[in-house]
Amino acid sequence: MADTHRPPEQFKLRLRRYDPESRQPPYWDEHEVKLEPHRSVLEGILQAKASFDGSIGIRCSCRAAICGSCGVRINGEPHLACHTHLDEARRLSADGVIEVEPMGNMPVIKDLIVDMDAVHWKKIQRVTPWLIAKQPVPEREYIVERESMVDITQTMACIQCGACVSDCLAMEVDPGFVGPAALAKAYRFVGDPRDDAHFERLNDLSEDPQGIYDCTHCFKCVQACPKDVNPMGQIMRLRRIAGSDHHIEDDNNGHRHEAAFVTLIRDYGLLHEAELLPRSYGGNSWLGKFHPNAGLELLRSSRVAALGILRGKMNLKTALLGHKLAKPDLQAIKRIYQRVEGAEKRRELNLYITGTDEDDGPTAGSAGSSDGASAAAAAESAAQPSPQSAVSPEGSIDL
Amino acid sequence: MPEHDVLIIGAGLAGQRAALAAVQAKASVAILSKVHPVRSHSVAAAGGINAAISIDDDWRSHAYDTVKGSDYLGDQDAIEVMCSEAPKEVMHLEHIGVTFHRNERGELDLRAFGGASMKRTAYVADITGQAILHVLYEQLLKHHAQLDRYEEWFVTSLLQDDGGCCCGAIARDIRTGRMEAFAAKSVILACGGAGQVYRPTTNALIVTGDGIAQAYRLGAPLMDMEMVQYHPTTLVENGLLITEGARGEGAILLNSEGERFMERYAPNKLELASRDVVSRAEQTEILEGRGVGADKAGIYLDITKVPRKRTLEALREIVNIGRDFAGVDITREPIMIRPGQHYMMGGVKTDVNGATPIDGLYAAGEVACVSVHGGNRLGANSLLDTLIFGRRAGEHAAARGSSMPMPKTPSHARVLEDVARIDEVLAREKGGGRRVSEIKQELGDTMNRHVAVYRDEAGLTEARSVVQRLRQEARSAYVDDRGTVFNQDVLGALELDYMLDCAEAIVAAAIERKESRGAQFRTDHPQRDDEKWLKHIDITRGQDGPQISYSEVTITQWQPEERRY
Repeated sequence: MADTHRPPEQFKLRLRRYDPESRQPPYWDEHEVKLEPHRSVLEGILQAKASFDGSIGIRCSCRAAICGSCGVRINGEPHLACHTHLDEARRLSADGVIEVEPMGNMPVIKDLIVDMDAVHWKKIQRVTPWLIAKQPVPEREYIVERESMVDITQTMACIQCGACVSDCLAMEVDPGFVGPAALAKAYRFVGDPRDDAHFERLNDLSEDPQGIYDCTHCFKCVQACPKDVNPMGQIMRLRRIAGSDHHIEDDNNGHRHEAAFVTLIRDYGLLHEAELLPRSYGGNSWLGKFHPNAGLELLRSSRVAALGILRGKMNLKTALLGHKLAKPDLQAIKRIYQRVEGAEKRRELNLYITGTDEDDGPTAGSAGSSDGASAAAAAESAAQPSPQSAVSPEGSIDL
Repeated sequence: MPEHDVLIIGAGLAGQRAALAAVQAKASVAILSKVHPVRSHSVAAAGGINAAISIDDDWRSHAYDTVKGSDYLGDQDAIEVMCSEAPKEVMHLEHIGVTFHRNERGELDLRAFGGASMKRTAYVADITGQAILHVLYEQLLKHHAQLDRYEEWFVTSLLQDDGGCCCGAIARDIRTGRMEAFAAKSVILACGGAGQVYRPTTNALIVTGDGIAQAYRLGAPLMDMEMVQYHPTTLVENGLLITEGARGEGAILLNSEGERFMERYAPNKLELASRDVVSRAEQTEILEGRGVGADKAGIYLDITKVPRKRTLEALREIVNIGRDFAGVDITREPIMIRPGQHYMMGGVKTDVNGATPIDGLYAAGEVACVSVHGGNRLGANSLLDTLIFGRRAGEHAAARGSSMPMPKTPSHARVLEDVARIDEVLAREKGGGRRVSEIKQELGDTMNRHVAVYRDEAGLTEARSVVQRLRQEARSAYVDDRGTVFNQDVLGALELDYMLDCAEAIVAAAIERKESRGAQFRTDHPQRDDEKWLKHIDITRGQDGPQISYSEVTITQWQPEERRY
């Protein structure tokens, strides 16, 4: 058992305050609270509010990381205040003072309270966030695959706290980007076998220049999410389903770009920068560069390319000639492709299905005896490493 | 001024379900909530929703279990309505998109729950409430054209016309501080229970009894208020809920001697006896010195009995709660729990259509008392209650509105009365009294000490005098925030008044009922006494505090008998 009787300690909080009625700019406000170290930052703020200053503004309700009210930035990173321990927050602070600010990418109303309607909820409404039910509606339940419901439960578990929106780099550059939370919500319908508008949804979000192909894979939302919804992962799944299953070739060249990327890695093992752009725009082969669209796009991007070379982000020689990979390494990569592309069914990462780690293989396998599907999934993932085993400390990667 | 056929206060499951039903009945509808709808406390309901949907199940079996669970205080006509309509409601939820877990055949899977004679709880992992709440909100967005949403508005009082009918409400826009009167042909209270009257509680900070108090002030009777449920498994650390689904999946309870003590208290149902029985058993173990932990104030819940794979898939939320709030990996070691305040069986008295004795005023969900839960609610019956009676209230209120004119616009002077009430709070001298937070804390501690699992005359009388004193102190309790934008401080003072009203009614009813039934266990009256007390206690607000009267318990098919699990 964890030691639950740790004595209270002093913690310093530095809160970002803003009073819209004062006509004064935001300012920092420090309070010292006394609590057990495993108490939450929210409890710290509530103690300051109860004992010193009732005017501190923060939305909060459940205290258990399920209502999604208390999204804030702690030491610069988005978190639920109720879900962050004081000792942990102090450890990660720059100077021993826990710094709490309102979330980013959304206008501040007061203190730690942001206007989620103006950004987050508007984007949710963008993705037609309701089921368009397959007809006819059955008298009893829709009969669907067991795993499909467990699968979309991962996105259903989104508590709409806005932490991913707060940290989304693509949205910072392009405020019109539909964004991680809303696109995860979109997957909740695209992954739902009862929904009748998969193609329409995917086509809509593929053709929208601020849709699924506007995400830049920065993983910020994955890290920010307190509920393991993995928004970026859901966006990637939307892309895979749009491109591979529905063959949607969007006008943004999103799908072609992705296809070019995949082919280049297969053939060269590493990204071949000079080939990527012409293939994305001119067709996914060596001949792509002779297509007029490729030329046009090369011209348009020449300034960025030149800057990249000037700043040392790219090396002109490798950019043009490609990287050279040792033959066994290249073959190992090809084997990954064979395994993935040769699989009967595309395997997707889902914490609800595969659990958090597979370190105790046989136990997990036998544990799944109550339901064959998970047992099978467990057995399969024991044979085939999932991205989780790559991040699990006990896990090993064998290719 | 906004005018609607139906004004719904509260946007949890009951409120959103009522809104959806009223919209589908072509009424003009407004739904108003002091928090964004998806923050409502229904979101925390974990385990599932009961319905006799299995082919070998029958709604009568569900109804009988509910009657027995209620310790025969539930009204059987209402219970029949709830249980017979349950399968259709669950299918409706499924059809609008709730991601209920499936069995191998792709049909709805069912899990075991406390007090139930068979598996009949449909679920979405252990986030069932969240999943249903979010799906209903999807539906509200879908019907946005026919529905006005007032998100983050705080109701200060209900309006009553000269004839005594409820005809709207006054509310404050939390973002701007602006006060507005809402005229409505019918008002549906759907704003939850009053868990914050207790400390600790599994309930969210917003659950402050607003609707119960508003109705009480209007003259509506409150019923079964003494019946306060203590959930058997709340975290010793901070009172957070560990779902009954854990025991449904096979987790067991152990005392300090490693004994599975439920074998002594409920030899048949063991950990899955009804909640009052399990909570009392735990409390007895703790009182007799067999508790665990440093103060011996806890009990071990051992979830390692559940296959790990299954836990990760179906109890994921409590895996997180254990890890994040207690530092325990529940798949590998037991976690310390204890009984904690969880639910109010009592509330505003209604009929099976959600109508209160006040014309135009409806109530549904935890704020209401139909009474389907009587002395003790079964796990996974609360979601069902909110949805069935939320829908019925929405339909009934919409039908009522179709044949009557819009009530007269409330006078501006009436709005100014509430403005003055808030100004008075704002004007209180700083340091001139106690802090709102201090009073709230003392209230919670007092209720948890004296009006908990075990009660007696002396403790209850003590609680009554503390509540009376706190009510005096609340009159001069001061706030720091003098602003208008998101002044949560002043709303906290209004919530405190609501909580004190609820506490007053709970204590009065608990003193009145001189027997032990369901959640009310009087150590000075340890037996159930059907002769004298097979009746509801109704509380109305009188000049000098709560007035008590009684109403009959409706019995249709099941005569009271001794309750064994």
